[in-house]
Amino acid sequence: MDKLVRRNWIGLALGLAASALVQAGVVSVNLPGETAMLKPGPGLEVAQANCLICHSVDYIYMQPPLTEAQWRGVVMKMKKVMGAPIPDGDVDSVVRYLVWQNGRKE
Amino acid sequence: MDTNRSVPARGHRLNASRRGFMQKSAALGSLGILGGIPAGQALAKVVTLPMENGTRELVTYPEKRELILMTARPVQLETPFEVFDEGAFTANDAFFVRWHLAGVPTSIDPSQFKIQVRGRVRQALSLTVAELQSQFDSVEVAAVCQCSGNSRGLFNPRVPGGEWGNGAMGNALWRGVRLRDVLQKAGLEIDAVQVRFNGADTAPMPATPDFIKALDLSVAMGDEVLLAYAMNGKPLPLLNGFPVRLVVPGWFATYWVKMLDDIEVIPKVDENFWMKPAYRIPADPCACQVPGQQGVVTVPIHRMPVRSFITNLSDGGKLKGGHAQTVRGIAFDGGYGIAQVLFSTDGGGSWMRAELGPDHGRYSFREWSARFTPRPGRPYTLACMAVNTIGESQRLTPRWNPSGYMRNVVETYRVHAV
Repeated sequence: MDKLVRRNWIGLALGLAASALVQAGVVSVNLPGETAMLKPGPGLEVAQANCLICHSVDYIYMQPPLTEAQWRGVVMKMKKVMGAPIPDGDVDSVVRYLVWQNGRKE
Repeated sequence: MDTNRSVPARGHRLNASRRGFMQKSAALGSLGILGGIPAGQALAKVVTLPMENGTRELVTYPEKRELILMTARPVQLETPFEVFDEGAFTANDAFFVRWHLAGVPTSIDPSQFKIQVRGRVRQALSLTVAELQSQFDSVEVAAVCQCSGNSRGLFNPRVPGGEWGNGAMGNALWRGVRLRDVLQKAGLEIDAVQVRFNGADTAPMPATPDFIKALDLSVAMGDEVLLAYAMNGKPLPLLNGFPVRLVVPGWFATYWVKMLDDIEVIPKVDENFWMKPAYRIPADPCACQVPGQQGVVTVPIHRMPVRSFITNLSDGGKLKGGHAQTVRGIAFDGGYGIAQVLFSTDGGGSWMRAELGPDHGRYSFREWSARFTPRPGRPYTLACMAVNTIGESQRLTPRWNPSGYMRNVVETYRVHAV
């Protein structure tokens, strides 16, 4: 076994000890907490209340900058297809926040 | 460590000069501030994928080495591309992670975990992992697991979705039992049409569609479709679907349902959200459409197109001039097997045949290598193009579709000889 393979095995063993408990066949892991947060902007509270129920904020910031129509499409998909309980009256505010955060002109 | 399995040695060819050849700065990025990360985390280690908003944090999750964080909840982790230079098989701790629903169980007791087989069968079954292992023949297959959205972030124009680079893929030696054997034990009813697969992950809201995938019987009954309980000779990492996941060699990973606990034989074609409208491609042979085009007929995504990559150089990298250099890479397709890989040092103007590495089977990564002597001070545009055994090759121009699926353009790498 060469040096690199051995190093990886040791790394794997340490990684398991630190984070995954294997006992009598049971595997338990502790997933790291979320660190990224929504950035300040108009509509932040509405976005926090509606967007973060189902997913972390990186879903928003990893997107390419989207147009208002595209962000509206995303919000309506979350509401109508993915079951997000976004009140009708909050949709415009959420869309405005998302465009302000990561939007582009048409 | 499990020593009684013939696990292909990872990194068996690695040595100092091999690593030294790779110019890593472009691939690894530099320290910086990631949008959306609070001030206290400003020194998080990050990489920048080659796309707008491509800055990602590097994180270490349970049973995983340092990987690229795409999303934290549900968790999605990308394999840093230099990992693919370690050999034909992707280590379990480096294998990419993609969950659809936030409710991923974090503790699994395999002695209690049961797989239901039900629906249009003569006798419903409920099997523990131990029962799977003891009641059915075990089979091993080397197969590439590639996310449908792999490389989505490289689409132009960009499309919304999981913005992966090229690292949402991996190759492993899977061991498990044939789905066919399990279905035959249950006995199919005459009106069986498809088999639906559900895992133990749960949706955050009652109205969220549960993640369920379906295969036609003709696919589900295939020789190499497995209920896999081992990956590269070890149990699956929890985040890769411990204790059992479906393995559908040649097909995109969307069908490789993780923490598989429910197999339902149904008398019709499934049209749940994750089969329609999600995970569909234009029905034409190209799987292409024009941005904005409406009324496109679609089919469920299925077999993977042929792809190849260089693994020991990255775009923007440097290599040593004046001496013969080895360029290495990997190639794979949807199960016909790689027949040849062509290599170019002039952006595809001329091609030479690369040497293929060991054949681990038609669903596996196939390593390849080519040698050339760069002249110091000159730039080169390297490119590779794989051809499979039925003559399919990679596209010379990228296809486009609104979900960002099926990228298989010939990849090019601008490098500079010093």
